[in-house]
Amino acid sequence: MPTERDFSSWTMPTVLLLSLGMLAIGCAPGQPTGQESDANDTTTGSSADSVPEEAVLKVASTTSTRDSGLLDVLLPEFEKANNCRVDLIAVGTGAALKLAEAGDVDAVLVHARSAENRFMDAGHGIRHEPIMHNFFIIAGPAADPAQASGTDAVSALQKIAAGKHRFVSRGDDSGTHKCEQSLWQKAESRPDWDDYIESGQGMGPTLIMADEMNAYVLTDEGTWLKQSENFQLVPLVRGAHDLKNPYAVIVVNPAKSSAINADLANQFADFLISRRAQQLIANYEINGHRLFHPDRLQRETPE
Amino acid sequence: MIREGILEALQLLLRLDASVIDAATRSLWVSIVAVVTAGAVGISVGLLLARKRFPGRSVLVLLFRVGMSVPTVLIGLLCYGLLSRRGTLGELELLYTPTAIILGEFFLALPIVATLTHGAISRLDQRVFETARTLGAGTIQRAMTYLREARLAIMLAVLTAFSRCFTELGIAMMVGGNITGRTRTLTTATALETARGEFASGVAMSVILLSIAMLVTLAIALLSREAVEPVS
Repeated sequence: MPTERDFSSWTMPTVLLLSLGMLAIGCAPGQPTGQESDANDTTTGSSADSVPEEAVLKVASTTSTRDSGLLDVLLPEFEKANNCRVDLIAVGTGAALKLAEAGDVDAVLVHARSAENRFMDAGHGIRHEPIMHNFFIIAGPAADPAQASGTDAVSALQKIAAGKHRFVSRGDDSGTHKCEQSLWQKAESRPDWDDYIESGQGMGPTLIMADEMNAYVLTDEGTWLKQSENFQLVPLVRGAHDLKNPYAVIVVNPAKSSAINADLANQFADFLISRRAQQLIANYEINGHRLFHPDRLQRETPE
Repeated sequence: MIREGILEALQLLLRLDASVIDAATRSLWVSIVAVVTAGAVGISVGLLLARKRFPGRSVLVLLFRVGMSVPTVLIGLLCYGLLSRRGTLGELELLYTPTAIILGEFFLALPIVATLTHGAISRLDQRVFETARTLGAGTIQRAMTYLREARLAIMLAVLTAFSRCFTELGIAMMVGGNITGRTRTLTTATALETARGEFASGVAMSVILLSIAMLVTLAIALLSREAVEPVS
């Protein structure tokens, strides 16, 4: 049969392709740069130091912090100065604090002040340093059917709730979600109508969902600036006093685990509040927008 | 953590936790619909590939075979491109609905069913084909004969496709959207619990998922034993 011969001529390339794929898979665990392999390392607690000459700092941060791109500027600077490697584990704020509580990371970089306070009160951290802040944005359809546009988040949410307009929430206990929940509380309304949708996903996918559904959404500025170029949604409440989003670094209590590198974590905190890092933060821009306001730079005028 | 998770799974099950039941039933019916439709198409395609000679057949066989290893996130991404408001099928407004997940899982299951059916029928004893031909059976009758002869292998194909669909995450997350009470499945719920740092709940969800998958695997094992015995 001719088909049988056809087949064998296909077999070689297929086998080659497959073995190439296998090779790629085989190589992957050697470089634990991906988020997943990091998470695996930390959850199993078997973080064998494969690079003994280089100290490793494990930092759990929120996905929005990673997605902002700021850490791509800050971390190499710190790594160079201290001859170390920073393994960034980007998860939700809840998961970041849980990882720290379990002693699986050396430091956390999060933005959920009340959860941070509880974390410190429970003795899980030994040092808490505010670093910078920015503002959340409420975005929505350009037509703004709820008339939510303005300078006050609480009244915007009240109007959205009154009209039972479509709203996409993270619903994942992230810093952004926690901020949203406290805003609903201040607005004294319960988000329980039919068009209040919980995506249970990170900010990126949630923004895409809101844009696809033409819904209102609360977002951090960084993710918004990175993604909004092709969006139909527009920012409606921006820079509002009740949308302040403060970031802080926490050094995890070394009593949690002998594997915690508290010295390096302290140096990391020192670095983040240093003049150099604060200036890097102040100068960081996305599409011409300044994204973060450093908290520890004296000359910085408060908003 | 694992122990906590298993305990929590038991508690969630015993309490008949509404959100768990909701996610579990959705996972089940979505993958069942996907596999039934993909099964109908896939079995026919597999049969055609095994018994009809036409140009490009071996290329098709190869494509379906490669299709079995397409990652679910890629299928999810392609379906998103298709169903997005700016996509070809955007008008249908199917994005972030269970139907969208079914569509994606259909494409996940189809190559599995088609390839395994093709293999099963190709491996049939030559005498089956000869007998059918000499008895002068019509096309439909012949097809039914082949399917009957290969039924256990085909059932295995369908069950394999089901367990792939039931346990996949990429499609459900991307085109389903993990919306509470609407498109959340057991796998997306697990991903959410993990992201929230509720690791025990994550394990609990997985335990429930695995129990159902285990039942299916058990069915596969029983079937394949049957499949082996009568032949030898």
